[in-house]
Amino acid sequence: MSQTVPSHDPTGRVVMLRDIRLTYGSHVVLDEIGFSVRRGETMCVLGGSGVGKSTILKLILHLEEPDSGYVEVLGHDLETSGRAEIFEARQRMGMVFQGSALFDSLSIFDNVGFPLFEHTDLPVQEIRRRVREALSFVDLDYRRVESLLPSELSGGMKKRVAIARAIVHRPEILLFDEPTSGLDPITTRTIDNLIVKLRRELHVSSIVVTHDTRSACRIANRIALLQSGRIVFIGTPAEMLESDDAYVRKYLE
Amino acid sequence: MSISRASPIRWLNEALKAAAYRVQSYFGLLGRVLASAVTRPFYWRDLGQQMDTIGVASLGIVALTGLFTGMVLALQSSVEMKQFGATIYIGRLVGASAVRELGPVLTALMVTGRAGSGMAAQLGSMRITEQIDALSTLGVDPVRKLVTPRFLAALIMLPVLTVIMDVIAIGGGLLIAVVKLDLTATMYLRSVYQSLAQTGFIFRYIPIDVFGGLVKPLVFGGIMALTSCYYGLNTRGGTEGVGRATTQAVVSSSILILASDYFLTQLLIALLIE
Repeated sequence: MSQTVPSHDPTGRVVMLRDIRLTYGSHVVLDEIGFSVRRGETMCVLGGSGVGKSTILKLILHLEEPDSGYVEVLGHDLETSGRAEIFEARQRMGMVFQGSALFDSLSIFDNVGFPLFEHTDLPVQEIRRRVREALSFVDLDYRRVESLLPSELSGGMKKRVAIARAIVHRPEILLFDEPTSGLDPITTRTIDNLIVKLRRELHVSSIVVTHDTRSACRIANRIALLQSGRIVFIGTPAEMLESDDAYVRKYLE
Repeated sequence: MSISRASPIRWLNEALKAAAYRVQSYFGLLGRVLASAVTRPFYWRDLGQQMDTIGVASLGIVALTGLFTGMVLALQSSVEMKQFGATIYIGRLVGASAVRELGPVLTALMVTGRAGSGMAAQLGSMRITEQIDALSTLGVDPVRKLVTPRFLAALIMLPVLTVIMDVIAIGGGLLIAVVKLDLTATMYLRSVYQSLAQTGFIFRYIPIDVFGGLVKPLVFGGIMALTSCYYGLNTRGGTEGVGRATTQAVVSSSILILASDYFLTQLLIALLIE
């Protein structure tokens, strides 16, 4: 697969969150959240269930709006951006959902080719070539899977198809929501390797939400650890493993 | 003491706010659907698929409903009319009832039960499996892609289905009139024509009743599609939520169709007949 075209931000920053606060009624979901992700970097957001990890991805995609704070994606301030600008920014991102979120009425070929059919005027032959390239990138035999429906695939294969769909339009940022949850250790390792391969070969920036410490340490350049909607640690995997912070130690154990 | 007095007021306040929010988002959805119906991109393929799902796939149930409604109307009214020797007017009764009221309303209710529930369930499933979020993240407006084709397909297909229902209901009445009431087909059909012609014509050739009977399904189709999609898109709480959304969609659509039928009838009488 060819490399993505990087955006021309001199700071190299593709995502920035600053002082984010989000509440549902009286429940504080996120509080004082702030971090940035540079081009080609993989950031893991680690934490237990219900601490607001996935909500961070929704904020970056503008599927949720914060009560206060600032979200900047690829140079766009999402708060002041119009609907068209937000859709345009989303076209430069790819998202892999926890449950894969493949369109169950479409074949694998149509699922993976969906962003190209929607947003480009490419001839079908070129779309077919790109879909096959993306499926091969995620180690799937396109001859075997492209005509199947999502319901005919295993969980691990669905995840890989979801990754193929997320990368087929060559995005600059990839977002992963629990990419390895519910998968066996071997498939988990395969998905982790794929995320590393995406960074190495396509130079994509990734934000990976996970609760799996081992996975996070394998794939991340930096890790942000969340507790009750707040970041309690941010640093490299090595720094996290050596941290004396009580909550970090408790989480690692 | 003050808490117990304040609680019902607070509860009422919250309930009213929630209701106002629902009404606002319902009409907000309508606004977005109308805006995306007249701006690019258009999803012609999805529109075609939905016309097939709403229209062609509902033909059987609409035809059966029309046939038996027409037959029952003729049969029931014949009991009373026989006493006055007025069975020759059966066609008037069947024709007027089918074209003015029963055709549009029963078609809308049947399509709501069949296609509206399907819309709510499908969009609800897509919501809980994050497929709608996936559409958004792929830079596709879910309202434009999912709701607008369903809305337009319902607007186009409901009047077509209503005409089919009307014709079959009149045919059902004809069957009873000829087989059980010993009327000739000509007598029956002349009687049907007289009932439709009595309120006059619009655009020279279209009976006002037929015109009114086509305006109603247009509105009913919009209500059915919009309400079903609204509940589908707002599904929460897993598979149980999908079931709840489907039920709410059918119940709310049916009530809105029946209530709007009254106001539409008032309006059409005021505009076209009076």
